[in-house]
Amino acid sequence: MAAPVSAYKDRHFLAVIGDEDSVTGLLLAGIGHVTQPPDAQKNFLVVDNKTEDSTIEQAFDNFTSKRKDIAIVLINQHIAERIRGRVDTFTEAFPAVLEIPSKDHPYDPEKDSVLKRVRRLFGE
Amino acid sequence: MSGAGDREPVFPTRQSLGAMKSKLKGAETGHSLLKRKSEALTKRFREITRRIDEAKRKMGRVMQIAAFSLAEVTYAVGGDIGYQIQESAKQARFRVRTKQENVSGVFLPQFESYTKDENNDFGLTGLGKGGQQVQRCRETYARAVETLVELASLQTAFVILDEVIKVVNRRVNAIEHVIIPRTENTISYINSELDELDREEFYRLKKVKNNKQRDNNAAEEERKNSKRRGSDKENDQEPVDVLGEQEDQDVIF
Repeated sequence: MAAPVSAYKDRHFLAVIGDEDSVTGLLLAGIGHVTQPPDAQKNFLVVDNKTEDSTIEQAFDNFTSKRKDIAIVLINQHIAERIRGRVDTFTEAFPAVLEIPSKDHPYDPEKDSVLKRVRRLFGE
Repeated sequence: MSGAGDREPVFPTRQSLGAMKSKLKGAETGHSLLKRKSEALTKRFREITRRIDEAKRKMGRVMQIAAFSLAEVTYAVGGDIGYQIQESAKQARFRVRTKQENVSGVFLPQFESYTKDENNDFGLTGLGKGGQQVQRCRETYARAVETLVELASLQTAFVILDEVIKVVNRRVNAIEHVIIPRTENTISYINSELDELDREEFYRLKKVKNNKQRDNNAAEEERKNSKRRGSDKENDQEPVDVLGEQEDQDVIF
């Protein structure tokens, strides 16, 4: 039942969409991965004020649906807020989309798409 | 009335009655099993939601600490190291693998983090200044990511369980509200049809018996009558005493 083994067997990496500090910190932890050339794909995206929403959406789609080797997508909550529609409609089990707090934006459980589902299920 | 409700298209025979009865029994067993499964899953589900809630809070704290240690690094190095780090990332050192956990027949994947020690992209980072801070920051972030991985497993389990519980509950309800009533309807329909047949058969037998009896009676009557008629012929006259005192009448020639 649910997801077959093939759906997550090959997923090894974490991906991150975040501001510079979050990405730097997570890369320091060693999650950064660049695939073999010729199509050297990074598994992280640095977002600042100048980054277009479409770029974020594209990266999000790329990490969630196109790439099959990513197990967890980490996204800063304030960035998730910018593409809220996409994040909320993504309900697959793999990869797991995790909203994380950033340095400048403290974590707000009210906005989290998973916690929203939890609350809706328990009728609060 | 049995014919009113929804029922299966079967012929009302004893054989299909037996089949329906075993079907009803199977449906009831299945219903109780599925109900228990759903309860077990829901219990698990509630536990997971509670743990998600806790883990999210913990994540908030851990990420704050990690961000602070990164700020220390920036201060110690005296410049932005973000660019350098982004450029030097080549192979992931921190990876996850998935293993499965079986909860009432549902496989929940769990992420497990592991590090590939041979990959060390940042060997030279901070070699100039603040090496110790960088090292500490890396450890802090590694711990933070472990928390995140844990949270991700919980979240994945949450998503999968949610889906599975929905499916199971749908089945439970289908059995409870569709299959069982329909089978019961079919059984009572078959029963009433069979009773109807029984009554018909009984009536027919009675009729046959009555007819037979009537015929028998008539025949008996007939026989009696004919017997009486036959014996009457003889019994009408007194037996003649041939050797008695009676004189024979003279025979006149």
